[in-house]
Amino acid sequence: MNERASIKEGVVKTVLTTFALSSLLFLFLIFIFILIEGSPLFLKVGLKNIILGSKWAPTKGSFGIFPMIISSFLVTFGALIIGAPLGLSCAIYLSEYSGKRLKMILKPALELLAGIPSVVYGFLGVIYIVPLVRDHLGGSGFSLISTSIILAIMILPTIISISFDSIMSVPKTYREGSYAMGATKWQTIYKIVVPSARSGILASFILGMGRAIGETMAVIMIAGNALKIPMSITDPLRTLTGNIALELAYATGDHRLGLFSTGIVLLVIIMALNYIANFGIKRRS
Amino acid sequence: MRINPRFIDSLMKLSLNIQAFFTVGVLVVIVAIILIKGIGNINLEFIFSFPEDMGRHGGIYPTIIGTIMLAILSIIFATPLGVGTAIFLTEYTKESMLTKIIRFGVESLAGIPSILYGLFGFIFFVIKLKMGWSILSGVLTITIMILPTIIRTSEEAIKAVPKNVRIVSFSLGATKWETVTKVVLPSAAPGILTGIMLSIGRVVGETAAVIFTMGSSLRLPTSIMDSGRTMAVHFYILAREGISMEKAYATALILVFSILLINIVAYYIMNRVISKYS
Repeated sequence: MNERASIKEGVVKTVLTTFALSSLLFLFLIFIFILIEGSPLFLKVGLKNIILGSKWAPTKGSFGIFPMIISSFLVTFGALIIGAPLGLSCAIYLSEYSGKRLKMILKPALELLAGIPSVVYGFLGVIYIVPLVRDHLGGSGFSLISTSIILAIMILPTIISISFDSIMSVPKTYREGSYAMGATKWQTIYKIVVPSARSGILASFILGMGRAIGETMAVIMIAGNALKIPMSITDPLRTLTGNIALELAYATGDHRLGLFSTGIVLLVIIMALNYIANFGIKRRS
Repeated sequence: MRINPRFIDSLMKLSLNIQAFFTVGVLVVIVAIILIKGIGNINLEFIFSFPEDMGRHGGIYPTIIGTIMLAILSIIFATPLGVGTAIFLTEYTKESMLTKIIRFGVESLAGIPSILYGLFGFIFFVIKLKMGWSILSGVLTITIMILPTIIRTSEEAIKAVPKNVRIVSFSLGATKWETVTKVVLPSAAPGILTGIMLSIGRVVGETAAVIFTMGSSLRLPTSIMDSGRTMAVHFYILAREGISMEKAYATALILVFSILLINIVAYYIMNRVISKYS
């Protein structure tokens, strides 16, 4: 290799290293700027008064986001209760029962569900789910249950595709061993395949949770955005994400800082969920 | 009484069948509703004329232009950064502390919800860097948001190129960079393209990160410092403020079908790659 070529290689390597480090820089900037904006309010008003405070009246000095934290978790668990069994069933069906040709059609079709924008889900929720809930369960229809249903549909692709991959990675010999013992197909799935794929399936649920808790536009369209803890599944609620999206455009001063405090809490919850999910996926492989 | 395991077996098979087809049914119903309710209001005039009275009448031309500008510029920024990162991770280093930290950074970026990208873009680009609500603020925010997708798909594509190819290239006296640009990247190109297409699909459907950085001006943007409105943001405003249901469905139709088309092309490219290597 001549000298000019080796200089060129050096330059290339430096540039590529810089590019690779840029992701870290961006992550750092996102953290720093949300923290810088949001943390002064924690010092001024007090961590406890924000996280455990129940009253959000930012123009009057109350920044309590406790009801929103609870609401975010409620809709997320609601989505998981509906979406997790359905998603896991689909993943099992795809990997164990469907033929090769059907799999070739079903898998991309389910993944295309993920491509439909969240505003469209929100809109269809308002037109079809909200009236259904209002007529059959009562209340305004803008509610915990409506939001959970829409979020459940939205997290299905995540749950299906990750559970599917983890079920597919269970060695074929496990299944054959089970059949050789005289087990039926369902017994094999229930006692051998699903337990073997356990950590990947759990990771898919946690990533689904992460997606549900971070979802914004669909949620503000159907949740009703009321500022209290919902006491029944037909009560309206406001999530952490919804709080930011509803008020960011016009908030100023301490009010705006309050939205960044909301952002910090959301960021901490999301990072914790991602960490747990990654841990699950890594342990499997 | 003990229930016959064969009976349970066929019962579970039936139940799984029903659930799988229910889920696919949901997708079909969503697409069908949008198609049926929207198709009647779509014509060339809707696509190529300006909205009047906040979108109550007229078309969506400026929002199509806004969407295209946002998508193309974000891809122009994110592709070199993302592919460069992938090349660095796969070709220029061994697994080390550094690659672990970079991968952690990429994973973390991928997990951040779009509203937090909106919050960050708003405070950093719009306010601190004084770019205001502009296409540029939107593009820079979205670039960071789609970067993890491009890095991951490019990395997978580059890893799928057989090792022999590189060894042959080195043995012919090629440098590392020559090997990467002339041998590895051409083979990995379809896989990288899939990542780019999927990212475009995500940008077209994005609302939360766009509305607080790019704004929602309905005028035709003439420079990257102008505010603009994408189709997704326009649809959100039409639907949320109840401006016009007909126009909302028509906009949704164009929005959803352009995303489906982009994603179908992406899967088509990916499948061709998979069948080539297996």
